[in-house]
Amino acid sequence: MKPKGFEYLRAHSVEQALDSLASNGDDAKIISGGNSLMAMLNFRLLEPKVLIDISRLEALSGIEYKGDYLEVGAAATQAQLQAWPGLAERMPLLALAVPHIGHFQTRSKGTVCGSIAHSDPSSELPLCLALLGGSVVLRSKRGEKVLKAADFQLGMLSTACADDEMVVAVRFPVKRQGAGYAFTEVARRKGDFAIIAIAAEAVGGTIRLGIGGVADKPAVREWSDLATDALDDKLNELAWELGGNDDIHASAKYRRQLVRRLGREVIETAQENGVAVKETN
Amino acid sequence: MSQPIENQKQQVNFTLNGREVGGSAEPRKLLSDFLRQEMALTGVHVSCEHGICGCCTVRIDGKAVRACLTLAVQVDGRRVDTVESLAHAGELSDLQKAFRKHHGLQCGYCTPGILMSVEAFLEISPKPNEEEIRDMLGGHICRCTGYTGMVRAIKEVVEQRNEPVPLIEV
Repeated sequence: MKPKGFEYLRAHSVEQALDSLASNGDDAKIISGGNSLMAMLNFRLLEPKVLIDISRLEALSGIEYKGDYLEVGAAATQAQLQAWPGLAERMPLLALAVPHIGHFQTRSKGTVCGSIAHSDPSSELPLCLALLGGSVVLRSKRGEKVLKAADFQLGMLSTACADDEMVVAVRFPVKRQGAGYAFTEVARRKGDFAIIAIAAEAVGGTIRLGIGGVADKPAVREWSDLATDALDDKLNELAWELGGNDDIHASAKYRRQLVRRLGREVIETAQENGVAVKETN
Repeated sequence: MSQPIENQKQQVNFTLNGREVGGSAEPRKLLSDFLRQEMALTGVHVSCEHGICGCCTVRIDGKAVRACLTLAVQVDGRRVDTVESLAHAGELSDLQKAFRKHHGLQCGYCTPGILMSVEAFLEISPKPNEEEIRDMLGGHICRCTGYTGMVRAIKEVVEQRNEPVPLIEV
């Protein structure tokens, strides 16, 4: 339960961090909040030779509203996001989801980009990023590129981030005109790993539904102008497609039922929230 | 022969419970172990060592964080507060007294972390309702109390701290 030895580098600039990544490649790991990484080091699931600490980089610590999207830097914490003044108004899905991320005592240090880079299938932020169609900004000595969420997260704890690249920011699209959002999660204890996490966006006759915690990465489906009973069929198909397993936390059957029942509930709540938005406008 | 770089100790200077202190730590040294072993602050309790239980919670620059998910070298230049900072001259703080009064602890193993969480929480939310208090306590595991006494203790402290300053009659 103690990490194996490594060299520790506190980066004084993004360039310094990228230099170290370029020369150490797979042997180096970026640390910011460390909530997931430190646990993996303690268990010795990971044994990097170099740890590059970016948590004090001012250049990466901002949360910036850029009109179409909210850009969150790699050193910005989940608590910072939760306290961002326009969250409920401009980013209603994040406002609903963030309180489910870990606990008060972990959001204080855990970063938004860290959750995205770690890509746990049951994490809230990768699910929100996938549902909203957001993107991830990667940088290396070779340059910068922006990947769509779906192209970034490849599977369980697996991403398209190359060995010499780091996540410098993520971009969450802002609320769409007239859209309603909803989020719910089932966990043994609020804040623990989700058995299932469900997010939905409803705008006009179109529904986007995202499911986390069942498959190896968030699954997003978009359906337009469905008849009421057709939704049940779609949810049932999705429940089987996701292929949830039996494990200590829940049976596969229970997981499929959660997709069907909670999926419908979250969609209906998103639709109601959308109507409420229209009435207040 | 010089040691491999990963075993070389690094200097760590920080403010600990209001005092400037210094020490040296290998990069892999967890803050929880460093505080206990090098700084002799055994009020920092260690249990799960992967961030789940909350026993080791301390404050870094005022924020409640897991010391087991923090490296000692990461607190260089920071302010760290542990449960030892709460009582003064042998007198328990208002929060500690309330925990004792309302049976907010039994074996006491989880208590130091919870006290540090509560102090950080009340700075951000000075007037929390019961639901918010319970949500915050959800970040800690207590196997003795069932949390009810803690909730009562915290509510009492919230009331006391928010009482208007009595007017002095002239």
